[in-house]
Amino acid sequence: MRLRKLVWKELFERKSQVITGLLAILLGITVIVAIKNITFYSEKAVAQELDALGANILILPKSATLQNYYSADMQGEEFPQEYVERLTQSNLQGVDNLSPKLSVPVEVEGRGFTFTGILPKNEFQAKAMWQEAGIFSRPQGCGTVVNLPGLTPTQPKETLVRTRVIDSLDSSEALVGSDVASALRVKTADSLSVMGKTFTVAAVLPQTGTVDDSRIFANLRTVQQLSGKGAVVNVIEIVGCCDQISKGLVSKINGLLPEAKVVTITQVVDTQIKTNRMMSNLSMVFLSVIVLVGGAGIANYMYGNVHERRGEIGTLMALGAGSRFILGMFLLKALLLGLAGGIAGYVLGTVLAVILGPKIAGVVVLPMPTLILWAVGVSVFITVVASYFPAVRATRLDPCATLQEV
Amino acid sequence: MLKMEDVTKTYNHRRPAVDVLSDVNLKIAREDFVSIVGPSGSGKSTLLLMLGGMLSPSAGRVEIDGESIYDLAPDKRAAFRGRKIGFVFQTFNLVPYLSALENVQMPLFLAGFNEQEQKKRAVRLLERFGLGDRLEHKPCELSVGQQQRVAFARMLANDPSLILADEPTGSLDPETSAQVVGFLEKMNQDGRTVVMVTHDPRVAARAKRTLRLSGGRIISYVSTTNLSAAA
Repeated sequence: MRLRKLVWKELFERKSQVITGLLAILLGITVIVAIKNITFYSEKAVAQELDALGANILILPKSATLQNYYSADMQGEEFPQEYVERLTQSNLQGVDNLSPKLSVPVEVEGRGFTFTGILPKNEFQAKAMWQEAGIFSRPQGCGTVVNLPGLTPTQPKETLVRTRVIDSLDSSEALVGSDVASALRVKTADSLSVMGKTFTVAAVLPQTGTVDDSRIFANLRTVQQLSGKGAVVNVIEIVGCCDQISKGLVSKINGLLPEAKVVTITQVVDTQIKTNRMMSNLSMVFLSVIVLVGGAGIANYMYGNVHERRGEIGTLMALGAGSRFILGMFLLKALLLGLAGGIAGYVLGTVLAVILGPKIAGVVVLPMPTLILWAVGVSVFITVVASYFPAVRATRLDPCATLQEV
Repeated sequence: MLKMEDVTKTYNHRRPAVDVLSDVNLKIAREDFVSIVGPSGSGKSTLLLMLGGMLSPSAGRVEIDGESIYDLAPDKRAAFRGRKIGFVFQTFNLVPYLSALENVQMPLFLAGFNEQEQKKRAVRLLERFGLGDRLEHKPCELSVGQQQRVAFARMLANDPSLILADEPTGSLDPETSAQVVGFLEKMNQDGRTVVMVTHDPRVAARAKRTLRLSGGRIISYVSTTNLSAAA
């Protein structure tokens, strides 16, 4: 005979009572594990979405509005190009790429387009969606740190062509959006006259579905010269690492450039962020509920168990059991209940998350083994704390009264 | 030697306070066999549990082999009880979810014996009581007489020098009852002190001495032989 065996046998003697007593805690742990699991993958999905957008921070003139992310640079206001130098010299953590742009409206063959000056390498690296062209790539190591199931992260592609294009986008080369190419019927290596200067089309960009399709891209310095605006830009696009954005990168840039407006494009994934926040809050609510209801349920069960077993407790005392033994007997039972509740709650919660994750948050959810530690920890904590007072009560039972009642 | 000096037990749960035992002075010699008799509510069971270190007196002193048991800390008293005292209950008080073997192992486990030694001793005891083929049976799978024998085996597990029996024949048929008293006599002959509470005059008559209680006071404490002669 051992204490563990004694407790184990008693648990199996009253299976239905044990299950009823554990129900509240089991359901609570199940729901929290499910929420935490879904929230984790949902947050990663947000991070990946932000990452996939390429530039996720815009620096605009103070008076600019952000009606449309893709046309934020077309509001006719400029600021000095010197802001770029300020940023590059600041050593801010989390700024993976900078892409200053100047846009002016132009008319080509009687049609209106946007003529945008870029610093080529930065511009293309900042636009993740253009990677689909197969010739450009954005820097690695930014944003998300995990691979999400169902969302294959873009791998860097062959960079030979990209390097050539970016590095050699000289003053007479241009890149044209897909709408421009079809409207003007131009293709790679054709000539195109813009603002009185003839450019060679270095590449036709794939369709993006944004205003970028109606742009003609040229070297920033060329556009600045042709437009006569000098060393100014309309916007600086920044690829910020998502974790650094959440750590206050935007406010740091704001501090560095107080004359400019710094915005992040969280509204693009606003719904998902709100869902995540709601899930996180729900998780806290459930944690409170589980502590109260689950704890009360276990305490109630344990008080009932002590009452039901008072004859047995009296007998054990008569046989030589001390108060420490009686206390240990009930606390070990609480520990086993906590372990069972935690493990079962983890399994059920994980199954629930995997099934409901795609429906609730639109993300694929995989099991998170680390959550089992959390689930068991919370469950054991609640069962042991809730059982402590009933266990103490058991040690203080009057053995005489309990034996006479039998 | 068991000794009670000016022992009083008062219950204050409800007003007015009730004296269950009043100024009890008692000496029970080693290897004696004493039956305690008296009407219901006379304090028989209270006196027995008090002798067993299960119920502290409101006043007075209880000694077993010179040790004032209520001066011991509760856990030390529990250990003392496990070592020196064996209880026999009217309803056997077997742990319902343990087998006969495990029930007998229980006091050995509480006394700190390892599992192997517990099993060895428990099997020997159960075989001695003719229950060698019922080791793995739970109490509900045993007859009343078998349950009583398991209770006796459990009581003897730690080889106690003092046996306290509370109505040991109260719920038994005459045949089993006679068997149980026979066990107690045998244990007394083996050198153990036996104190037994009973309502049954025939069972009481089997003891060496009879203590009569009424209203929490000792009315008489005489040799059973003398009692029989007087009758």
